[in-house]
Amino acid sequence: MSDVFPKWTNQLPLKILIGAGLVGSAVVAGAWYYLTPKYARVGYQPLQPVAFSHAIHADQLGMDCRYCHNAVEKSWYSNIPAAGTCMNCHNQVLKDDPRLALVRESAASGKPIPWVQIHKVPDFVYFNHSVHVGRGISCVECHGPIHKMDEVRHAKELSMTFCLDCHRHPAAKIRPLDKVTQLDWKWSQDPKENERLQKLHGEKMVADWKVESLESCSACHR
Amino acid sequence: MSAVISANSIPLPDPPAELVRQPLVLNQRPLGWISDRVAAVTEGPAPLWWKVSFGISFLVMLMCFSMIGYLISTGVGVWGNRHPVMWAWDIVNFVWWIGIGHAGTLISAILFLLRQRWRTSINRAAEAMTIFAVMCAMIFPLIHVGRVWFAWWLFPIPNANSVWPQFRSPLMWDVFAVSTYFTVSTLFWYVGLLPDLATMRDRAKTKLRKILYGLFALGWTGSNRHWNNYEKAYLILAGLSTPLVLSVHSIVSLDFSVSQLPGWHTTIFPPYFVAGAIFSGFGMVLTLLIPLRAVCKLEEVITMRHIDLMCKVTLATGSIVGYAYGMEFFIAWYSGNPYERFCFVNRAFGPYWWAYWAMISCNVLVPQLFWFKKIKRNLVIVFIISILVNIGMWFERFVIIATSLHRDFMPSNWGYYKPTFVDVCTYMGTFGLFFTCFLLFLRFVPMIAMSEVKGITPQADPHHPLGGAKGGPR
Repeated sequence: MSDVFPKWTNQLPLKILIGAGLVGSAVVAGAWYYLTPKYARVGYQPLQPVAFSHAIHADQLGMDCRYCHNAVEKSWYSNIPAAGTCMNCHNQVLKDDPRLALVRESAASGKPIPWVQIHKVPDFVYFNHSVHVGRGISCVECHGPIHKMDEVRHAKELSMTFCLDCHRHPAAKIRPLDKVTQLDWKWSQDPKENERLQKLHGEKMVADWKVESLESCSACHR
Repeated sequence: MSAVISANSIPLPDPPAELVRQPLVLNQRPLGWISDRVAAVTEGPAPLWWKVSFGISFLVMLMCFSMIGYLISTGVGVWGNRHPVMWAWDIVNFVWWIGIGHAGTLISAILFLLRQRWRTSINRAAEAMTIFAVMCAMIFPLIHVGRVWFAWWLFPIPNANSVWPQFRSPLMWDVFAVSTYFTVSTLFWYVGLLPDLATMRDRAKTKLRKILYGLFALGWTGSNRHWNNYEKAYLILAGLSTPLVLSVHSIVSLDFSVSQLPGWHTTIFPPYFVAGAIFSGFGMVLTLLIPLRAVCKLEEVITMRHIDLMCKVTLATGSIVGYAYGMEFFIAWYSGNPYERFCFVNRAFGPYWWAYWAMISCNVLVPQLFWFKKIKRNLVIVFIISILVNIGMWFERFVIIATSLHRDFMPSNWGYYKPTFVDVCTYMGTFGLFFTCFLLFLRFVPMIAMSEVKGITPQADPHHPLGGAKGGPR
């Protein structure tokens, strides 16, 4: 036996065990971080054909989300406005600005601006905007503080966990219907008071509006 | 032949012939002979029979893998599973292979705890059979899920979907039962192998063999402390494996009995499945060991007494299975449930009548021949019966699964299942996998637990006239 295995090999099993433990933990930790939507999606910020700023329009000018995304309350799909909507103002404002050339061209020709889609659920998931907006779930819950973004980025992970967190505890997110598009609205500026009021009103709204927040598989995977 | 040799110094009369224990190693073979004879199977150039059977098994295994590749790349539609028979050969084969595995654990664990000394000649090969059978079994649930790349969802792993497997489903319990069974069986087998691997290491002529056997022997020296720890570990693992013999197939049976389908929804299933599993397992052990003891020249270690005892277990479990079949019919009538009644009449006289009667003849009628000593001593007949037992047990699972599913409550929902060539070739292919593994086992690991067999010889007993340092043939 001793002629085959030198003495130092006695330590080998322990070293291999420790090494395998470390590598295993690293693989788990790496997969946990890099392969989940927290990493893979959040922060996605593609370059758009027109440098449209939500911060200027929604925050500084105080436009309502529904001025442009006007079908969001009626449709499963929150529409991207046609260039004609832009031209309502921009035929007066910045009407010769070269940054808006593509918008004017699109409005004239009817050929849509090739916006790059950022928020996208997989094909096997059914998501309905109108039912969420119509039951007091604000845009900000899924899209993050869009009104502060010059260029839109993917702010929330939109994983299944993300959906289920809210579907399991809707009272923590629900808000009055007229505040749905006021992205930085709060019950109170005091965080503790805000939490108390959210809990108080949230549960009542969930009950009054008969919010189902379905958890069955076929609610989303139809 | 008389086994008792009175020591010359002790004037005791010979006990009457009927009280003499049949020896478990014939011809008072010395300990060295046991090592030489068992290790000889793994040493020297591979014999022709091994090469031929390995070549065939390997090709058949490749066929299995290509069928699985075809299935995965194309989809489960390549199988014959169609509404209403959505579980078919895949689950039949799974249950069949898992059942075969049970003999190994029964022999190694339960017979160990019951101090059945005859287990030592057959436990190693039976445990290897268990492990390879469970491997073949695990393939089927894995590939029948369709999208195999999601098979890891079977395990409760935290994920970004915030959902867990359905813990209330017996299919989930199955995952735990089978994977625990595989792990414990492998550990038990390996722990039992340690002293023999050290023997192999010490016998090794080439450096490579020394290194490999040395690695797997984990530095076994045969010291008192090693033996002490080893015996404890072996006993603990035997204790852990014993409930598994009963639990695994009970849980497999719950896959069916927890559902509400007539023909599946019965409380008799767990014990009935366990008995059937042990029955088929012993059938397979006989199928393997009868030719092996001849080609490996091990007739003196795996004796006719071993064959006889295995035949008795087969007879006992086969009779339990026969009783269960009868009881199913009785309850179908006694329950007064028309669906239950229809299901069983349909089993015996419906479109699958041939499967039912194949099952009855192979599982209930044929093993009854083991009541006769003459038959148990005729190895050709025992071998044929052991194969019939396995055919019968395959049909049992087919009958339970396919005939219960194909005609349920609504006649508009009825159908008839036919396998495709992919079904057949995948099933046949698993034999290739099984025998490839088993033949490799024969060539690289002592197929009989040498150290344990030595432990039950008279020479190992210090109180025996031949034992200890008192001399006797060496």
